[in-house]
Amino acid sequence: MALRTSALSAFMAKELRHILRDRQTLVILLLLPLAMVVLFGFALRTEVNDIRTVFVDPVPDYATTALRNRFLGNGRFDLVADAATVAAVEPLFRRGDADVAVVFEPGFASRVAAGMPAQVLIISDASDPNTGSRMQAYARAVTASYQAELGSAGGGVRIVTQTRMRFNPSLESVNLFVPGLIALVLTLVTALMTAISLSREKERGTLEILLVSPLRPWQIIVGKVLPYLGLAFANVLTALLAAWIIFDIPFRGSITLLLLTSTLYAMVGLALGVFIAARTNSQRAAMLGAMAGTMLPTTLLSGMIFPIASLPGWLQPVTLVIPARWFIIIARGIMLKGVGVQYLWEPIAVLAVMLVVLMLVAIRSFKPRLA
Amino acid sequence: MTLAIDVHELTRRFGSFTAVDSITFHVDEGEVFGFLGANGAGKTTAIKMLIGLLAPTSGRASVAGFDVLTQAEQVRRHIGYMSQRFSLYDDLTVRENITLYGGIYGLSDAQIRERGDALIRDLQLGKAADERVSALPLGWKQKLAFSVAVLHQPAVVFLDEPTGGVDPITRRQFWEMIYAAAARGTTVFVTTHYLDEAEYCDRVSIMVDGRIAAMGTPDELKRGNDVATLDELFVRLARPDDGSGATAGPSAAPGRS
Repeated sequence: MALRTSALSAFMAKELRHILRDRQTLVILLLLPLAMVVLFGFALRTEVNDIRTVFVDPVPDYATTALRNRFLGNGRFDLVADAATVAAVEPLFRRGDADVAVVFEPGFASRVAAGMPAQVLIISDASDPNTGSRMQAYARAVTASYQAELGSAGGGVRIVTQTRMRFNPSLESVNLFVPGLIALVLTLVTALMTAISLSREKERGTLEILLVSPLRPWQIIVGKVLPYLGLAFANVLTALLAAWIIFDIPFRGSITLLLLTSTLYAMVGLALGVFIAARTNSQRAAMLGAMAGTMLPTTLLSGMIFPIASLPGWLQPVTLVIPARWFIIIARGIMLKGVGVQYLWEPIAVLAVMLVVLMLVAIRSFKPRLA
Repeated sequence: MTLAIDVHELTRRFGSFTAVDSITFHVDEGEVFGFLGANGAGKTTAIKMLIGLLAPTSGRASVAGFDVLTQAEQVRRHIGYMSQRFSLYDDLTVRENITLYGGIYGLSDAQIRERGDALIRDLQLGKAADERVSALPLGWKQKLAFSVAVLHQPAVVFLDEPTGGVDPITRRQFWEMIYAAAARGTTVFVTTHYLDEAEYCDRVSIMVDGRIAAMGTPDELKRGNDVATLDELFVRLARPDDGSGATAGPSAAPGRS
C-alpha cells in the first residue's frame, strides 16, 4: 500500500536526519572503528617483542649454532649475553637484564644426529605470567620449526615438544583482534545507539505520538534501526580497510560472506537495543543497560581478548548466549582461515535463532497498549 | 448527527485502584468538548483509552465511529493527538516536522507542501520555517504542535493540556486556532487546568475521582449549580465537604490544581 510505504519512508527520513544532524556523534561513530583498530592494534597487543635473551651453550656445535641463529633471526629475540652456566643466568634474571635463557645440553648435535632426544631448556622470566608464557611459546615455535626442518631431511629428530600454531603461526595478536573489534564496533552502533535513540523518544514523549499515529510498531522499529544498519555497514568496511592498510592483516575468505554475516550480527544487536529501550524508562538507564548488557560481555566474554577456555569453568557456559562469541568465530573463520559457509553454518544458525527470538521479544515488549 | 466520541461505562482499574470508574458520555461532531478534572482525577487515563494507548478494563468506547478496542488502527488513522509534553522533534526544522507527520499520516507530497505552506503562513513562521524547532519560543512551538496535530484534518483531535506554560495572548491565539479547526469539522477534545478556557468550550465535563461529576454547557453548569464561575463549581466538586479536610489546602487559594 502506498500509504504505508510513504509513512515508513517519512519516518526513516526523519531518523536519518537525526543521525546526520548530530554531527559530533556521527563523526565519532564513523571514526571509531579506525581509532579502535589503531589502538588495539598497537597498544593492546599481547605479543611480546625485544625479548632479551641469554644463551647457555657450554659446548657449541653446528646444531646449537644453527638454532641460536634461528632465535636471533626471528626478530623477537635479542642477544644480551652468553653465559657459561645456568647458575650464571640467575643474577641477570634477578637484575631484570634478561627475559629468556636458552640452555643447550652438551653434545647437542651428536644426540640429534643419533636420533636421541636432544634437550633445550627454555627459562623465561614469568613475573608477568602472560608475557612469560608468550615468550615460552615463541621459543618453542623456533625450536619446533628447526626440528621440523631437520626432520624433513633426516628423520627421527627429537628436540622439544612440538606445538602447533596454525593460521597464526607468527602469533600476531592483531589478527585475532580485528574480528573482535568488528564485533565491538557493531555492538556499539547497533545496540547502544538504537537503545539511546529509542529511549530518547520515550523520554521526550514523541514515542507516544508515534504510537497514536497510523505507524505500526514494526514500522517504528524498522524505521529506527535501518539507518543504523547502514552506519554499521560503513563501520565494518572502515575497520577492514584500516586493518588491511595499517596492519596488513590477511583477508583469506569471502568478503561478501563477512558482510552478510556482519549484517546478521548487526540485526541481533539492533534487536537487543530495541529490547533494552523497551524495558528502560530513560536514556541514562538505556545507556547503562546497553553498556552492561552488550558492551561488557562483548569485550570480556566473547573470546575477543580473553580466550574462552581460560575463563573459570562456571563462566564458560554463559558465553554461549553472547552473540559476539558466535560472530567472532565466524569472522575469524572467514578472515584468518578463509573458510566458507560449510564450516560456519553452526554459529550462523545460532545467530539467526538469537535474532528471531530477540525480534519477537522486542516487538512484544514494544506493544502500543500498555496493558 | 453522528457522534464523534461515544463512551459507555468505560472503566480502567490498576490493581485495586480504579482510575476511571464507569464513565459514560458522548461528544457531537464538530463540538469543542472540555474535559476537566484535578490532577489524578483520571483524565489522562481516559484519554489514553480513547486514543488506543491503554486497554479498558470494561465498558466500550468509539471514536470517529470506530471501536477503540477492535478497530484501533482505524481510530489512529482518524485522530490527531497533542500530548502534555512537546511532541515535535527539536533537532528537525519546522518544515521537516511538517513533512514527517504529513508523511506518517499518509498525505501526498503535494498535500504536504500545500498545507505546510498554508500553516507556515498562518502562523507567520515565514523565515523560521527552515530553522530548527528548538530555536522557536514556547508559544510558537505549541501553536506549531497543534497545527501539525490537525494537519491531516482528523475527525477528532485530542489535546492534553495544550496551553500549559503559555502566555495569555498566545493562549487566546491558540483558542482561535481551535475554533478554526472545529469550523473545518474537526471535533476537539481538550483537557485543561485553566477554567477561563473551559468557558470557551461548547460543553464541559468535570471529572472527580474517576467519575464524571458534572457535564453540560458552561452556562447550564453555572446556572444549575448556582455559581458565578466554573472555577467555583470546580473547587466545590473537587474538594467536597465530606469532613476529611486533611487533604485540602488553604481554602483561600482558588483551585487551579
